Amino acid sequence: MRVLGLDIGSRSVDAVWIEDGVIVDARIADSGYDPQAVARGFVELGMHDAIVATGYGRHSAREMFGCPVVTEIKAYAVGASRLFPEAASVLDIGGQDTKVIALGAAGKVTDFEMNDKCAAGTGKFLEVMAKALGFELAEMACASRAADHGVQISSMCTVFAESEVTGLVHRGEDLGAIARGLHESISRRTLSSLKRIGADGPLVFAGGVAKNAAMVELVRAGFEGKVVVPEEAQTVGALGAALSLGG
Amino acid sequence: MSDAAPDYRQMWSDLGLDLPSHDALLGAVGQMYGDAYLTQENRPEGTGYLDFVLSEVHGLRIKELDDFRKEGGKIVGTFCLYVPEEIVRAAGGWCVGLCAGAEFAYDQVEQIMPRNTCALIKSFMGFKLGKVCPYIQVSDMVVGETTCDGKKKAYELLGELHNVHVMELPQLKREKDMVLWRSEIVELMNKVEELTGKKVTVETLKTSIKEVNDKRRALQRIAATRAATPSPISGKDALLATQIAFYDDVPRFTQMMNVLSDELEGRVASGEGVAPAGAKRILVTGTPMAIPNWKLHDIIEKAGGTVVGEEMCTGSRYYQDLVSEDAATLDEMIDDIAAKYLDINCACFTPNDGRIEDVIRMAKELGADGVIDYTLNFCGLYQMEGSSVEKAVQEAGFPVLRIETDYSMEDVGQLSTRVEAFLEML
Repeated sequence: MRVLGLDIGSRSVDAVWIEDGVIVDARIADSGYDPQAVARGFVELGMHDAIVATGYGRHSAREMFGCPVVTEIKAYAVGASRLFPEAASVLDIGGQDTKVIALGAAGKVTDFEMNDKCAAGTGKFLEVMAKALGFELAEMACASRAADHGVQISSMCTVFAESEVTGLVHRGEDLGAIARGLHESISRRTLSSLKRIGADGPLVFAGGVAKNAAMVELVRAGFEGKVVVPEEAQTVGALGAALSLGG
Repeated sequence: MSDAAPDYRQMWSDLGLDLPSHDALLGAVGQMYGDAYLTQENRPEGTGYLDFVLSEVHGLRIKELDDFRKEGGKIVGTFCLYVPEEIVRAAGGWCVGLCAGAEFAYDQVEQIMPRNTCALIKSFMGFKLGKVCPYIQVSDMVVGETTCDGKKKAYELLGELHNVHVMELPQLKREKDMVLWRSEIVELMNKVEELTGKKVTVETLKTSIKEVNDKRRALQRIAATRAATPSPISGKDALLATQIAFYDDVPRFTQMMNVLSDELEGRVASGEGVAPAGAKRILVTGTPMAIPNWKLHDIIEKAGGTVVGEEMCTGSRYYQDLVSEDAATLDEMIDDIAAKYLDINCACFTPNDGRIEDVIRMAKELGADGVIDYTLNFCGLYQMEGSSVEKAVQEAGFPVLRIETDYSMEDVGQLSTRVEAFLEML
């Protein structure tokens, strides 16, 4: 049986098709303004026998496709454990939220934490800050890695941090140092979340922000344990959703 | 909520309500109620009474209170469990809980209070400033209490608009605190006697102690049936019963809740429940949920869980303890009332280990799979206590999810994900 896992997120819709537990295809599309239509596009390819949905759009997907749903927490736990069976914890920084998950035996969730209602410290935060600094996202990560120090950024709120960054730019601070300060503030927050749930290594770092080399470096430097980043960091949730069927 | 009879509009207008705002409020509450309650399947028949009372929350009930006043009766409005209903009733008054469970007129509230004030305080002030709460309008006196700093200061502001009496609640439970608390109850008694022009007697106090105890006994019966698997009543309906207990007519409510309990006990005997037998069982603990705050229960139960208990002021703290019925003299009765009320385990006390013991005991008795600690934003007391509660409850073997929120709906998406993930984890 071929199962389609759909992760309908705020920034992207990710699709993974598996057959007998093996990935046969994986695709990513921008959520745009109609993520359900994007999801329907994957469904209409007709490459599946069953669907499981996760992500923000999971409930709408359940109504549209009559499919079962799992939360992103479970999906990431299952997906990460399949890719790295020895994984003891998961960090997912997505477009709109951040999740840290502690795993027990067989990839079972034993504890988790998620950011509250705002998008502080997420992919969206980085996007807004890059704009404030006049960088493309990738440029900001490069500038951060090249900087020899980071400016302390105290606000985690996207709106407040944007004002703070604008203030720093006007004061003539080095843009690279500001970029590094922004990455450091997210990694500090993330590492303290991991500490609170008692996350051990190996840690699987997934989600769109795991493609940001500056973030990966900082998390690696601050986490006591091995940090692994899956090659397809963005589709871990969709994979987990597909795998969760029947289990 | 709908079909408001024209005579209610006249009554609302006479009570000084702002009719367009009031219509908007009733419309919003009606919609929330329909979405949260009327979509439930397999509800016990006895919950029809709850539907009826809620549909007349600003109608028939207000008319009853208004009529009572026209005959010379007095209404005492309260915000908190610590105000003894027995005393008010024994002096010939009626007690009503005041509205504090929805966002209203925050723009006006924030002109006189900090934005980062807890939702409950902002709500009651908003209801008063926005002129949409008929309960406060029919209250001849509002009795406040010193349970937190925010409320203390809010009562000063409310006092500029309404007749307010504040009781000093001690924050420790030593002998000298009991002496203070007892004197506060005597002072309340004097105040209410002055208001009603009637004296509290051994007979009237004995009767009111019995009546209020009977109300609590009826709620205890409902609570006890929720230990069954599957639970015969949804958490939402059980919460609503407790919420309504604060303002409904006491003997009638008691009778109807006993009818509901008969039905629930029958359901337990025949194994009939509202949620599937495998539904995860959740005990909720934390800050009170005033009508129409059904947000967390709705999220939990729509995610497939079932709430089996509330260790909160709109829950077990309201009904788990009774006032002794053995006293013969007025002094002894007042002693018993003081003792019962000081025994409530609110986070405004230090230490407050009794609450943790209650949570763990209830989690065991009710067969909970997990505990959700619920705190309103900016409620420093419950936020601070949350970490000790979490630690102790986890050590007792129950997973804990901590949630901080308010009355707005902007975080429902993320809260649903967290609650669903918690249920998946159990």
